[in-house]
Amino acid sequence: MPAKIAVKDVSKSYASDKGPLHVVDSISFEVGDGELVAIVGPSGCGKSTLMNIIAGFDRPDQGCVSTDGVLRTEPSSRGILISQHGSVFPWLTVQQNLMFGLNGHPHEEKEALADHYAEMVGLKGFEASYPHELSGGMLKRAELARALVVKPEILYMDEPFSALDALMNLRMRNELLRVLTEEHHTVLLITHDVEEAIHLADRILVMSARPGRIQARFDVPMAHPRRLSSSQVQELREAILRELGVEGD
Amino acid sequence: MEKILPSVAIGCLLIVVWWMLVVVTGSVIFPTPLQVVTGIWELSRDGSLWADIGASLYRVGAGFLLAVAFAIPLGLWMGWVRGAYATLNPIFQMLRPISPIAWIPIAILWFGVGNLSPIFLIFISSVFPMVVQTTAGVHAIERRYLRAAANFGVSRYTLFKQVVIPAVLPQIIVGMRVGLGVAWLVVVAAEMIALHSGLGYLIIDSRNAGNRYDLVIAGMIVIGLIGLMLDRAMRLLEGHKLVRWRYAR
Ligand SMILES: Nc1ncnc2c1ncn2[C@@H]1O[C@H](COP(=O)(O)OP(=O)(O)O)[C@@H](O)[C@H]1O
Ligand SMILES: [Mg+2]
Repeated sequence: MPAKIAVKDVSKSYASDKGPLHVVDSISFEVGDGELVAIVGPSGCGKSTLMNIIAGFDRPDQGCVSTDGVLRTEPSSRGILISQHGSVFPWLTVQQNLMFGLNGHPHEEKEALADHYAEMVGLKGFEASYPHELSGGMLKRAELARALVVKPEILYMDEPFSALDALMNLRMRNELLRVLTEEHHTVLLITHDVEEAIHLADRILVMSARPGRIQARFDVPMAHPRRLSSSQVQELREAILRELGVEGD
Repeated sequence: MEKILPSVAIGCLLIVVWWMLVVVTGSVIFPTPLQVVTGIWELSRDGSLWADIGASLYRVGAGFLLAVAFAIPLGLWMGWVRGAYATLNPIFQMLRPISPIAWIPIAILWFGVGNLSPIFLIFISSVFPMVVQTTAGVHAIERRYLRAAANFGVSRYTLFKQVVIPAVLPQIIVGMRVGLGVAWLVVVAAEMIALHSGLGYLIIDSRNAGNRYDLVIAGMIVIGLIGLMLDRAMRLLEGHKLVRWRYAR
């Protein structure tokens, strides 16, 4: 069976004033069905660029991406991107946002689905609110729910929680894990937060500084729920930080 | 209330200065504020003031609504389709700086001296700001929202109805406010040419029929007040819940 996501030898450069800027350098990896793979790397190393290519928004200069063995050249509702800066439509209410991607359902069914997922992410009672009336954490929940409601096979998450404060970040990770036990998704998660990656992922890929390439791969064998203070987690964290060129204490 | 207090104070001061100047210079033609108020009263009692206001508002309303109906679809199209923008934008940029007053001879040539001429002039004057604002609004839609819409694979209809139009609506309203302001400026000028009704006609007629400068200034004040009210009405639109997101935070 082909891998859920297969990235083969993907490279990408951008034109800049000082000649081509080589951002992604022949990256290859696979993500299995139902797996949660995290990519960690320093800022500016090309993580978002890579994610946009994988989700079908950008074309690689070289290499290709396939999902379920089919070449991916365009975005599709079977894989939803949760972008770094958020993309909940500010002019629609929470409920309208959640109903946005539901094509072809009767209206009542859309509402019922939207309300079900609003409740799942803890937004019950806020269906009629506009995004500017929500806190940062609630906005992320809305974005997550809007993705979940179309039952995508894949979630592409680009630093989804990095704009949140530490406490909210931790809560959202737990929420995500809870949601993932209820629904079957394959998740590709990008983050610069090593601890977040260890908390959530089955496997971690470490990207080098620009031009980004996969520099190391780690398995995260611990069962959920994971205790972040455990020595196993700390050892893994230090190993990953060493790869990133930051010596642990 | 406290915010308008200074403007009221300045207004009173100006009236006092005006009054004193008329008395000190002993002018027989330039009216005192009291004469102007008497003039307004006289005009409103014999009904001609209301008829003139009605005529001017009718022309502005007709020309402006035609311009809205033309400018918004055109602006959306020019903003969305790159080829349309490349072709039409230079033409609009060239037509825009031509004062609507310069169109008066052409308006008379094409539409005669009836109501159609001022309606055409108002159309010409208000259509450009609205097209430009709408187009700029489409260009300013953030890519993350368009990407989200593409990700969910919605139909073109949904894309326009739920993303493009609501995203541009605040800019459309700004364009409408500017357009209506220009329209009100132009109607008065247009009515000074050949028509026999409207506030512009009232002013020119008052001067020609025996130097009734009290009525000239009365007409000017009425024009100013109605212009202010029109602008206030457009500002009310800016508070509508469909565009409030734009002004929140
Ligand atoms: N559209 C673009 N045009 C030119 N340069 C870009 C573009 N997008 C990203 N870059 C550059 O590519 C590099 C990697 O960006 P990005 O993928 O956003 O990094 P990350 O998500 O890892 O922080 C940065 O130096 C950025 O300036
Ligand atoms: Mg990024």
